[in-house]
Amino acid sequence: MNPFLEIDRLTMRFGGLTAVDGLSFTVEHGAIHGLIGPNGAGKTTTFNAISGFYRPSGGEVRLRGEVISGLSMHEVARRGVIRTFQHSTLFAEMTVLENALMGTHMAFRPNVFAAIVGWDREDRRGAYARAVEALEFFGLEGLRGERAGDLAHGHQRALGMAIAYAAHPDVVLLDEPFTGMNPEETTRMMELMRKLRDSGVTILIVEHDMHAIMGLCDRITCMSFGKLLAEGGPAEIRSHPDVIEAYLGGARHVS
Amino acid sequence: MPRTVLLVILWAAVAAVLVALPHALSFSQQEILVFMTINLLVVASYRLLTLTGEWSLGHVVIVGVGAYASALYTKELGIPVPVSMLLGACTSALIAMGLSYPLFRMKGFYFLIGSFAAGEIIRLLWKRFREPFGGPKGIKGIDPMPDFSIGIWDFDFFEPVSYYYFAGAVVALCLWLLWRIERSPVGLTFHAVHWQDKLAQSAGVNVRAYRTLAFVVASGFAGLAGALGAHYIGTINPNGFDVETMVFVLTWTIVGGTATFYGPLMGCIALTVLNEIVLREMGFEQMRPLIYGAVLILSILFLPKGLESLVQKLVKPRRVEP
Repeated sequence: MNPFLEIDRLTMRFGGLTAVDGLSFTVEHGAIHGLIGPNGAGKTTTFNAISGFYRPSGGEVRLRGEVISGLSMHEVARRGVIRTFQHSTLFAEMTVLENALMGTHMAFRPNVFAAIVGWDREDRRGAYARAVEALEFFGLEGLRGERAGDLAHGHQRALGMAIAYAAHPDVVLLDEPFTGMNPEETTRMMELMRKLRDSGVTILIVEHDMHAIMGLCDRITCMSFGKLLAEGGPAEIRSHPDVIEAYLGGARHVS
Repeated sequence: MPRTVLLVILWAAVAAVLVALPHALSFSQQEILVFMTINLLVVASYRLLTLTGEWSLGHVVIVGVGAYASALYTKELGIPVPVSMLLGACTSALIAMGLSYPLFRMKGFYFLIGSFAAGEIIRLLWKRFREPFGGPKGIKGIDPMPDFSIGIWDFDFFEPVSYYYFAGAVVALCLWLLWRIERSPVGLTFHAVHWQDKLAQSAGVNVRAYRTLAFVVASGFAGLAGALGAHYIGTINPNGFDVETMVFVLTWTIVGGTATFYGPLMGCIALTVLNEIVLREMGFEQMRPLIYGAVLILSILFLPKGLESLVQKLVKPRRVEP
């Protein structure tokens, strides 16, 4: 059987700079997989190449054996890989409910003619139900009428995930979801992610917050300067000499 | 449902006022009323395009495409006027579809300039080719709407009042359609594409397709507006669709505000009344463009969110329910 999500010798070059260099790893179905590394290791670039934001210079990304690299972002999304963005990237001017409704776009594809004639009532009801379900899943149903840009930071991050969840994803790519969160918010967010995983969604997560990553991930891939450094469970990664060296920097020179 | 009853009464009152309106005006004011009605459709269709965040400088040329196409269909092919108007609208939509391939490689400011260039190309083609576009003098003697009568009412479409009723009915229908589109999930997607195109893409929205859709639908309605105008005036020329006219459309839209459906409509009505009726009556014939410009500057300074922001203070924000 094909691996679920397979990153195969992924290479990403910008001019003379090789940001990601022949990176390979696989993500198991139903796992929370962490992608870590020091600043500038190429984590976000990897992410952007998987989600279709960039077209890789070399290598492939396969979902259930199907090549998804090189497709545009909405095509990747339609195959079940939904990403979130760093910071609070939301439809800030729209309400919370409208944000969640955008997540239902693929399941209930809008149609101009149906909308004019009024034949899309069933679809609208379905989209509404799904959007409310997604908001309830992340505990946001009480805020549905608020403007998304006015929400607290933690709620904005949760809403970003709710949009992804509303799209019935197979894989969610979370780009630094814990940035700028206090420990309480982080703990709450970790719970939400476990809940998301338990609902059958595979999660690939890029993060700096080591506490969150170690407590959350089933498997961790560590990269440095665009290359794979180590892979394993949290305990392995924590004690891996290469990882420690990459993070603490040049231990060899000191000794 | 007392609210529904109230709405029905309200709309009936509005309709009654609109029907009675031309009889309270002078002949020249009736003509202005016809043009304003058609312009309402131009600004409303322009707003649909701005929903996706793209501002075009070629919209008036697209209006012209509808006018030229409809005029030529009647003149060269002998197609009856109401049908040719619809065909003119379709032609505008098709031209927009063709233009969308080069234009939607650009965004924002580049799209603005690109649309201006594309519009000028079309406009200069009209100027350059005497056959079939009539060159700089344009097309004269365009067939008017054929007269017809319903029972005791005779409609002679040379009469501004009759044409006002006809254009008013068409424009009202179009505005309703545009309103339906904007309030539908499609309209929500347009908004989403505007505010965060990357996030919309990650939710599976084909951003390019939606930009194109907005452009094509907006252009179709714009073309219909052009056709409505052409068969009323009876003559069109390339200079009627130049960038100066576009600036009028922009001014109406900006002064009215683009956050709501009614904003640009308010801008169009307010400025037309101000320009054509108040200033003319006051005898500012020569100074009208100057005052017009001053109004634009003042409204940007003191009403940056447009006339609509005055109304928004009175009504509650909108809610989405199934």
